[in-house]
Amino acid sequence: MGSGSSVNVNYKYSLQKSENAFKAAVLIQQWYRRHVARLEMRRRCTWRIFQSIEYSCEQDQIKLHNFFSYLMDQFTPSSSKERDFISRMFISGESYKEAELEKYCDYESIEVPDSYTGPHLSFPLLPDHATALLEAFQQKQQLHARYVLNLLHETRKHLKQLPNISHVSTCYSEEVTVCGDLHGQLDDLFLIFYKNGLPSPSKSYVFNGDFVDRGKQSLEILVILFTFLLIYPKEVHLNRGNHEDHMVNLRYGFTKEVMQKYKVHGKKILRMFQNVFCWLPLATLIDQKVLIIHGGISDTTDLEMLEKIQRDKFISVLRLKKRKESSRKPQIEAVNGESEAGTDAAGNEAAPRLSLQPQSAQAPNTANRLEFSRWLRQTVQEQIDTCRRLMDISESEPEELTYSSVVSLKDVDEPCWTRQEEWKQVLDILWSDPMPQEGCRENKVRGGGCYFGPDVTEKFLDKYSLQFLIRSHECKQEGYEFCHNRKVLTIFSASNYYEIGSNRGAYVKLGPDLIPHFVQYQANKTAHMLTMTQRISRVEESAFRALREKLFAHTSALITAFRSYDGDNTGKITLSNWATAVESVLRLGLPWRMLRPQLVRSTEDGMLEYKSWLDDLAMEQRSQEHIQSSLLEVIYRNRSNLETIFRIIDRDHSGLISFEEFQQTWKLFSSHMNIELTDDGINDLVRSIDFNKDGNIDFNEFLEAFRLVKQRPS
Amino acid sequence: MAEQEKGRDGLIAEIEKKITEAFEVFDRESNKTVDGREIGCIIRSLGCFPNEAEVQELLAKIEEPDGFVHLENFLRVMTEVLLDRRFQPIPEDVILHAFEALDENKCGYITKEDLVKHLTEEGERFTQEEMEDMLVVALDPETNTLHYRDYRTKLVVDETKIFPFNV
Repeated sequence: MGSGSSVNVNYKYSLQKSENAFKAAVLIQQWYRRHVARLEMRRRCTWRIFQSIEYSCEQDQIKLHNFFSYLMDQFTPSSSKERDFISRMFISGESYKEAELEKYCDYESIEVPDSYTGPHLSFPLLPDHATALLEAFQQKQQLHARYVLNLLHETRKHLKQLPNISHVSTCYSEEVTVCGDLHGQLDDLFLIFYKNGLPSPSKSYVFNGDFVDRGKQSLEILVILFTFLLIYPKEVHLNRGNHEDHMVNLRYGFTKEVMQKYKVHGKKILRMFQNVFCWLPLATLIDQKVLIIHGGISDTTDLEMLEKIQRDKFISVLRLKKRKESSRKPQIEAVNGESEAGTDAAGNEAAPRLSLQPQSAQAPNTANRLEFSRWLRQTVQEQIDTCRRLMDISESEPEELTYSSVVSLKDVDEPCWTRQEEWKQVLDILWSDPMPQEGCRENKVRGGGCYFGPDVTEKFLDKYSLQFLIRSHECKQEGYEFCHNRKVLTIFSASNYYEIGSNRGAYVKLGPDLIPHFVQYQANKTAHMLTMTQRISRVEESAFRALREKLFAHTSALITAFRSYDGDNTGKITLSNWATAVESVLRLGLPWRMLRPQLVRSTEDGMLEYKSWLDDLAMEQRSQEHIQSSLLEVIYRNRSNLETIFRIIDRDHSGLISFEEFQQTWKLFSSHMNIELTDDGINDLVRSIDFNKDGNIDFNEFLEAFRLVKQRPS
Repeated sequence: MAEQEKGRDGLIAEIEKKITEAFEVFDRESNKTVDGREIGCIIRSLGCFPNEAEVQELLAKIEEPDGFVHLENFLRVMTEVLLDRRFQPIPEDVILHAFEALDENKCGYITKEDLVKHLTEEGERFTQEEMEDMLVVALDPETNTLHYRDYRTKLVVDETKIFPFNV
């Protein structure tokens, strides 16, 4: 049957066709899934790179401490000039009593010119002021210094009345929105307000610290948050983060931002901020069931103690390593008549701090290191004595701390007179991170606080009958993350934190049932328009650039490590040994074999010519051939610390230090780092970048010249 | 013979390091276990092209009752996979032919509808999400069609940048 057979043929043909189509589909799906898996791996590796670099930067803080300790303990100043210089590093700028604070940071005398087109504030603040500010900032306007200072004064007055732990109840406000780190990223705050609504009597907010640093609009964020705080005091709650701390601000950008935006009044503004940050509450409690703190807890966290301490004593929570000061204790005892071997802080904490107020501004005049140290300790001792005397007064009247005694306590920037335990409570709350393993150990990566395990969380929640903790402090790819069996929630509100496309931000809403509802976002239109591949590529590029810079910064150590695998001096090593060597030097815990294709371009027969690879890396960095290569490495490795040191020296925050100060810094630093640096070497440094401004060095420009990883445009 | 042995041992050691690295990227709690659902991803990022059935087969051998996979088991199984060079990459021309098979009229492109039909209803079906993700990149927005030659070339270029290793 003709038609039958043709039907059969047709049927067979279409059957084969559909079989083929089926097989084709399988192949395409297989191939595509492989592609997606590769993307996912790249995404995760990129994330790991950023995180490990960020945390290794936090190690810089420890290195800085080591540097200062070195100056104190081991370095012998070779001249009185040098001694003066060092002692200046340990002498704070000015500190003020309350009345002086009002006078120095006075705003009333500041005139607002007619030409000023920005928003005007008057107190008490009204919702209209808030809207005006939001609009102004959206149009990139700047609030006049007078209003900034006025706002800060009012904010401080308000914060002083608040307890250390704020209490929020969902029965009044129905729903509470909790936001995490913002880090100067104003776009994210706008996005949150856009999606969630502005604070109002029916919309409560808790902002969990780290409003400043890294991003370029920390100032605007603070102005907005403080404004809403004053307008809606019952509905807006702020917690202090570890970045609400002037020592941290020196390193991470807030100080710089303020000085750049307010050239005339910046110093005053910074001083006021110091005195506002220390008054921020330390924690918020919702319905007595959910505790919100910025960092975390430790196995010694004690809510009762936290409630009682004088939180404003801790202007900065950072401090140097403790030293064994057994020789000093007798002196202290004599003064106090106590037989107890000074638990405190007084005994140990008098390790030279970065800002002390000497009674006499005279530096010792012998060339003896011992004399110098003794002078410093004496200075510190005098401070301790003053504080102790005041402490005695205040302790006898716990409820009625007189205004002046509280104020006087603040004359000293560093809490050398508080008890060790109080300081640790605050440090732990602001700096700790959760870890998957049980137990509680020192957080060596950050140099402060603890790593706390699920057992610590469990015990803590049990002790205070809490349901779970909300904290921030760590960037999360999805903007939030649970751990410890959903008992700890991390909420992070700065999207694109490492790079455009690196992560989402999120906020969490809690109703009376205390069940968390999340909203995620990513503040950047371009990020949305990019495909996943493009997004990943962009972030990846940025991560690898940073990684290559790190590799370059360790050139000498890497060569040594490579050579140890190249016994025959062939100039080549296997790729496997490359990976092992790199990890042994950089210690970032990264999957180097996965990353290798992006880092090592050409190989011959599975071997790498390591010298030319390193040369290629060097070429990518700015070419400063006439500078000692080892010096270049040191700069790259320690840029962040150098910047902080320069800022400490630059007490009037002008951005300039004298050539001599620049030289001195380098001498001290190179002595500590054990690198040889001749005077010629320093001169080369100065000459190489034309930043000399009438005998002064603009250290911002200097540091910019050695920055390869470009800052994100604001 | 000894040299060969040493060479092979060295090779195995290197393979094991690579497998461990890839595994650890997905090891969220740093406790040498990984969610079974991520195993496919890990295998693929080690240079293999298994299909879903093959992934499941492998997983069945090493998955614990709680759905997690331990490093030592994965290491054992995966080392063999790599030494045996299983799940080889799909050659470029084979993929091209596969696309062509779906291109009935041989015009060089596939319509969105056809693509969706084939990939979500046949073979080892795509989920809605997978289909959408692919379309975002693959489709020419103006014509809503997939020009598969260009697409394949594009993905291959991305791949060669990243191909993790040569055994």
